[in-house]
Amino acid sequence: MDILYLPELGQFALILALVMACVQALLPLAGSMTRQPLWLAYAQPAAWAQFALLTVSLVFLGVSFLVDDFSVAYVANNSNSALPWFYKLSAVWGAHEGSLLLWLWILAGWTFAVSFSRGLPAEVLARVLAVLGFVSIGMLLFVILTSNPFDRYLPQIPSDGADLNPLLQDPGLIFHPPLLYMGYVGFAVTFAFALAALWSGKLDTAWARWSRPWTSVAWAFLTCGIALGSWWAYYELGWGGWWFWDPVENASLLPWLLGTALMHSLAVTEKRGLFKSWTVLLAIATFSTSLMGFFLVRSGVLNSVHAFANDPDRGLFLLLLLGVTIGVSLLVYALRVPTLKARASYSLISKDVFLLANNVILVVATLTVLLGTVYPLLMDALNQGKISVGPPYFNALFVPLMLLLGVFMGLGPVSDWKSMRLDKLRKKIWLSGAISLLLGFILLPWVYDGSWSIWVALGLTLFFWVVTTSLRDIWEASRGKKGWRGISRSRWGMFGGHVGAALIVLGVTMVANYGEERDVRMAIGEPVKVKDYEFTLTQLGEREGPNFSADTATIEMRDREGRLYKTLTPEKRNYHVRGMPMTQVSIDWGPLKDIYVAMGEPVAEDAYAMRIHYKPFVRWIWWGAFIAGLAAILAVTDRRYKVRVPE
Amino acid sequence: MKRALLFLPLIIFIGLGIFLYKGLSMDPSARDSALLNKPLPEFTLPRLDNEDLKVSREDLVGEVFLLNVWGSWCPTCYEEHDQLIRLAEEGVPVVGLNYKDERPKAFQYLAQQGNPYTLNLFEPDGVRALAFDLGVYGAPETFLIDKEGIVRYQLSGEVTPQLVDETILPEVRKWQNAQ
Repeated sequence: MDILYLPELGQFALILALVMACVQALLPLAGSMTRQPLWLAYAQPAAWAQFALLTVSLVFLGVSFLVDDFSVAYVANNSNSALPWFYKLSAVWGAHEGSLLLWLWILAGWTFAVSFSRGLPAEVLARVLAVLGFVSIGMLLFVILTSNPFDRYLPQIPSDGADLNPLLQDPGLIFHPPLLYMGYVGFAVTFAFALAALWSGKLDTAWARWSRPWTSVAWAFLTCGIALGSWWAYYELGWGGWWFWDPVENASLLPWLLGTALMHSLAVTEKRGLFKSWTVLLAIATFSTSLMGFFLVRSGVLNSVHAFANDPDRGLFLLLLLGVTIGVSLLVYALRVPTLKARASYSLISKDVFLLANNVILVVATLTVLLGTVYPLLMDALNQGKISVGPPYFNALFVPLMLLLGVFMGLGPVSDWKSMRLDKLRKKIWLSGAISLLLGFILLPWVYDGSWSIWVALGLTLFFWVVTTSLRDIWEASRGKKGWRGISRSRWGMFGGHVGAALIVLGVTMVANYGEERDVRMAIGEPVKVKDYEFTLTQLGEREGPNFSADTATIEMRDREGRLYKTLTPEKRNYHVRGMPMTQVSIDWGPLKDIYVAMGEPVAEDAYAMRIHYKPFVRWIWWGAFIAGLAAILAVTDRRYKVRVPE
Repeated sequence: MKRALLFLPLIIFIGLGIFLYKGLSMDPSARDSALLNKPLPEFTLPRLDNEDLKVSREDLVGEVFLLNVWGSWCPTCYEEHDQLIRLAEEGVPVVGLNYKDERPKAFQYLAQQGNPYTLNLFEPDGVRALAFDLGVYGAPETFLIDKEGIVRYQLSGEVTPQLVDETILPEVRKWQNAQ
């Protein structure tokens, strides 16, 4: 095999990118200390160069995968000549080293985008780019020193690769990591704006306005990334759940919860000039949790399906990186944040206070999840033995918090800034309240199931409460001079975000209370009943894929009258190289229910263990998340972010 | 006074950082293999070098030996190979289990790398035999079997020089001297 030198060039580009990151970080810092405006101007071209170099690096790694260059250790460990080309490409971020490179490239991409933002004073821009440069330096050092994706196996080149983990050979996994990283890393931009503001000492409402669109876009990506991951876990892992409170899921939830709080807190700071120091702290904390999640996943301190290879050296380096980044920013915060009390006043019944309540609840939820996630670690460190914290803890604390949050989610949009008379608020919400209680609390739980349970009633009440208050807000906005066309995109964004959240509540409530899961033995020709449907195994077969062989089953699903409703074909695949068995579930999906069949182990000749799930409304969890994500993007396209700020 | 309060987030973070640092030196997945202290499963597999010669559990059990799962497709196997040779030179019997491989590639591997194995079992792709029963999900993986045919030690991943000196050799000697 010809040795291509692309990996070396890719690594060289990576090192040059580190040099550029240093220029981007250090020259503006020095420039602002010595009052040299010219030095500030270096940040922008350095950011562009860094982006270009990291692009080269990423592309070269991708090409090494496409041409099956198994002399590259990372390629040999995560690819195989029989792997379809699109999985070869997505294998670039299929494991530790490559996904770091993707992370860096996305950071450089965000930096590139920030460098074009209009209406930003040159000095602010230079400072923001400098902070992003520092983040990039840390991560580039980590990649180059401990996790080089371009390491070679020389002179003994493996004859073929060890294949991509079969779990990752799925279309959902092509998009899940990039979306997620766009979210995690996007919060670096808000973080950079916050630190730049602390650095300059000018913590004004302009800072909040600049940060808002970046925060919303990052939040949108993170939301979609998490939803996609949850969907993938649902159909690929074959367990039929959509959230497992796995440490790594929690690690993604932490920045999401804080990011949600940040979006709302930024609104208060921009509109009312309140809670400035709180908002800055949230901006720092959001990015800090996304870095911490990174540490938890990569260092091997926690046990998880997602955990990457355990390497103490990497863990130590990452912890150092984490400590310096978060420690320095919190120190800067403590020393520089203005302690002057804002002059604006607000009364107890006001949008300001409802948004504050939102923030408090979200922060408490974050701490709850954080505690549950690191608790096993704390206990182990204190020699209290190895324990794990399971879903009961999280459900018991998280669900009530979210229900409480829902109450304020309804109050927020219909209330006024600063202060509001109680009877005015009452006038606005009585109809929503009545509809929610009547339909959600009393009527619909009975109609759907014939029995009443408190959790269903609470969940449905909340769903109607959030939807009707959002509708009320939009309806009121439409009564302005320009009518429906006068409603701003950011208001539509809020509407979509809240309705999306309500749909998630609906999906979770229904699937948690009415879902049915049965593990059954199915023999050919013997029908099995699950939730009004009859399932019959009609045929067992075998099939060869490009890099796997599969046992297949054909199952006919009939409704109550015995009519054929759907034919389901689950598979059990065995991926050759890794010898890993994988269940390929078959799902009959729809807006009202999913029927989910996963193939288990053979229990006899002509008989298999099967897992049949009935999942009502489960799709709405992901659809709701995508709606909320798109709504956040819509809000960012609002006209007021495009207006040039007078200097 | 207000300023002092602003240091609270930093202090909380430092506290958390200390725990994370302690966490680094702990292994959350340190659980014992399901097969530890259980008998080696029954099997009958052909030899790598001769398809017609079958080897079964009874042929191997009797002396302490290492069972090493390998394949020519496995990069880490190349890395640990020198350590297997060293173990063989120390007089430890190493039985190879050639896993999901093809004979020509395996022969080439042994010819190039040297052959530390007393004998090699052949479990190609699609066969569900010993490696399957041992719960092997990748290579390399190494097991220590005592005189009674009981699994006494298991390692998934690379056999490093440190592991050989500090764990594997002492374990082998311990079980060789056991009654």
